Amino acid sequence: MAYITNQDIEDLSVGAALLGTGGGGDPYIGKLMARAALEKYGQVDLLPLDKVPDGMNLVACGAMGAPTILIEKMPSGDEIGLALRTYERRTGRKVDAIIPFEAGGINSMMPIMLAAEARLPVIDADGMGRAFPQLEMETFNVYGVPASPVALADEQGNAVIVETKDAAKAEFLARGVTIRMGGQSYLVNYGMDGATARRVSVPGTMSLAIGIGRTLREAAAGHRDPLDALISFFRTTHYETARVIASGKVVDVSRREQNGWSVGVVTIEPFDASRRPVTIQIQNENLIAEEDDKVLAIVPDLICVLEADTAMPITTERLRYGQRVNVLGIKVPPIMRTPEALDVFGPAAFGLKKPYAPLEA
Amino acid sequence: MRIGIDVGGTNTDAALMDGPVVLGACKSPTTSDVSSGIVAVLKQVLAMTGVPASAIRAVMIGTTHFTNAVVERKRLLEVAAVRLRLPATKALPPMTDWPRDLADTLGRHTFMVHGGNEFDGRQIAPLDEAEIVRIAGEIRRRGLRAASITSVFSPVTPDMELRAAEILRDIVPDLSISLSHEIGRVGFLERENASVMNASLADLSRKVVSSFRNALKELSIHAPFYISQNDGTLMVPDYVERYPVLTFASGPTNSMRGAATLAGEKDAMVIDIGGTTSDVGMLMNGFPRESAVAVDIGGVRTNFRMPDVLAVGLGGGSIVRDEGDRIGPDSVGYEITSRSLVFGGDTMTATDIVVAAGLEDIGDRSRVAHIPARTIEKALDTIHKLADSAVDRMKTSADPLPVILVGGGSILISRDLPSASKVIRPENAPVANAIGAAIAQVGGEIDRIFSLEGTSRDIVLGGAKDEASERALKAGAQEGTVKVIDIEEVPLAYLPGSATRIRVKAVGDLAVK
Repeated sequence: MAYITNQDIEDLSVGAALLGTGGGGDPYIGKLMARAALEKYGQVDLLPLDKVPDGMNLVACGAMGAPTILIEKMPSGDEIGLALRTYERRTGRKVDAIIPFEAGGINSMMPIMLAAEARLPVIDADGMGRAFPQLEMETFNVYGVPASPVALADEQGNAVIVETKDAAKAEFLARGVTIRMGGQSYLVNYGMDGATARRVSVPGTMSLAIGIGRTLREAAAGHRDPLDALISFFRTTHYETARVIASGKVVDVSRREQNGWSVGVVTIEPFDASRRPVTIQIQNENLIAEEDDKVLAIVPDLICVLEADTAMPITTERLRYGQRVNVLGIKVPPIMRTPEALDVFGPAAFGLKKPYAPLEA
Repeated sequence: MRIGIDVGGTNTDAALMDGPVVLGACKSPTTSDVSSGIVAVLKQVLAMTGVPASAIRAVMIGTTHFTNAVVERKRLLEVAAVRLRLPATKALPPMTDWPRDLADTLGRHTFMVHGGNEFDGRQIAPLDEAEIVRIAGEIRRRGLRAASITSVFSPVTPDMELRAAEILRDIVPDLSISLSHEIGRVGFLERENASVMNASLADLSRKVVSSFRNALKELSIHAPFYISQNDGTLMVPDYVERYPVLTFASGPTNSMRGAATLAGEKDAMVIDIGGTTSDVGMLMNGFPRESAVAVDIGGVRTNFRMPDVLAVGLGGGSIVRDEGDRIGPDSVGYEITSRSLVFGGDTMTATDIVVAAGLEDIGDRSRVAHIPARTIEKALDTIHKLADSAVDRMKTSADPLPVILVGGGSILISRDLPSASKVIRPENAPVANAIGAAIAQVGGEIDRIFSLEGTSRDIVLGGAKDEASERALKAGAQEGTVKVIDIEEVPLAYLPGSATRIRVKAVGDLAVK
């Protein structure tokens, strides 16, 4: 079985930021914590999804809250373990393995911390295949795994169980608890058995994120074009299609607050003067890229803004006028493109009027 | 009249100014005791202008001394790094992710204590005072002379840091204590890193400030003196003694602000062209636009307010290739006086091109007479394109702005730049640093997370503005001159409607008696 090395964690922090499609939080603190956990507890195994036995008792985990809080009130490191114990007590069953609920952004690191402490394997898969802002936006939910019970814990040793009829309500209540926990909580939910996990998860996303980081690192070391290397790498994965949908200069970044969310529009003027400017709408993550009225890529497909020289991902808060960027559209795997999936995290779920159109090859 | 001084690694510069007018400026080598270099340059500038020492009303000093000490791991004290608000933060103890040698130099004396607040100021647990008393005993036993105290959300609620300092000081009266809420903004690890580094500089800061004091005394300058901090505003000497870390990276800020004054522009782009690289930054309202990314100092991650500067490989020594199609990014650097063509070398540099074009007369012009006109034209074109694209990249909007050229390599730019409304080459550009120090204002800043529960956004924003202005006054600004120059409001992502992060900066003119 493969295990996660320190180098993997470095690579994962880059790949997870890319899968964050502009949001998901800076994985820096998560990276330091995952590294410390490996040092303290020893190695963590990464179990491929197709090797998960039918009867294995799995649970998903991650953090909820504002990255701005996390960078100030850093975790004690015990929160997520407490959430797991609370969950196990509630369900009366021992958990056998941890599955990430979000491979994009800082949540890629939490499962590694928990798995190290609990001496359990991490499943090489997740429920988002990228970053999404809400707990119900999971393939787990789409394909019938109940979001409840949700066990949330904070650094004070408080734990809360949320039980609701549907995932959206669980998200709503859990976020309220998170605010009362000081703006950041750590949670465990979406319990399922191995057979179910194989059916409802986006496979290979942890090794995908690690592979993205490794590809960029090796391209830089070998003085190869990082963007070409990245596109070739995606071709070898089940995401298959990654295509440059815009290449140019950021000429406008406008941000505003709307219902408490940070929304914005970034405009990119192509280097190719014959092309029209490209706009990307942002709501924490990048949602839709358009050239005039033509949709170039739309959620759930990934829209990743990369530095032109290094192909390193640029998070939404770091976007500014004058940056030279390549925008990479990446097609999500089929499990994320079904009508049921699009109902939960397709364009309409974000209030977009345009229908989903898969990224063309 | 004011004097601005810039103590750099190599040179100490001085500029004597009457209002916005530069009466005289000069350079002198920096000395290891700092003070004799300052005395030398001050004597020189007073002599060349004929201004008596008694006419000087204020002296402003910018220095890289403290940055260099950290980078070189020299003259640093061992530090007791005290952290409040366990159990939060326990996963990553102080000095996590520091270079090993620097953490060793500071002794790895780390202490973590219970107690603390949330982002909205609510108290989670009282400070464990008995634990602080025990730490004080440990500090005495280990013979430590400096300590840093960092509490979670102290930029919101500093009470626990203050109380812990009080207890430590009671038991170890001569301990130098750095409090994180005085130093940094939201971002715990970065703020703690800065506080620990600050504590390690406690001895050096007293020495350097007293050497500044002695230098002025020696020349019978009795005017008050101030030291510039990284955002281009001033600190009084007492404050620098306690918070030397705030001088980090004041150099680039002073240089850009000096350029603005020399050019008489408040909103402009600045290109500082050296031998190897050009640094391009943007001035908004007379202050440099600040970088949003973490700044690494001596291998340690910090969140200081540094100017956002883009370095591109264009300088006087940049190597010219492909018949002028390619310039740099490599340069002959300081070897320009032996390797470039006009100085008898065999490498074609950007400087050779401007001499060959007849734009400058440097070295032996006959040695570049053979360069074909097409190459010269092509190379000049490439140089201007490089500069123009760097300027365009650093602007925040497509509107053309004035471009101010400073630095020895500014001779490379002889034409208009498409991204610029005009190109300005001010006099005295080589001492822009010292001028930037001389014209500095005093400021106050707030950067904190505000809970919106039970209040409104407008009330919160108004309070933040008042508080920033009050801080500027407290720092020595003249009543009636304080203005809010920058407001940034970022609602907390993923926590809709609950809280917002607000940053307000106010500045005013120094109240000089």
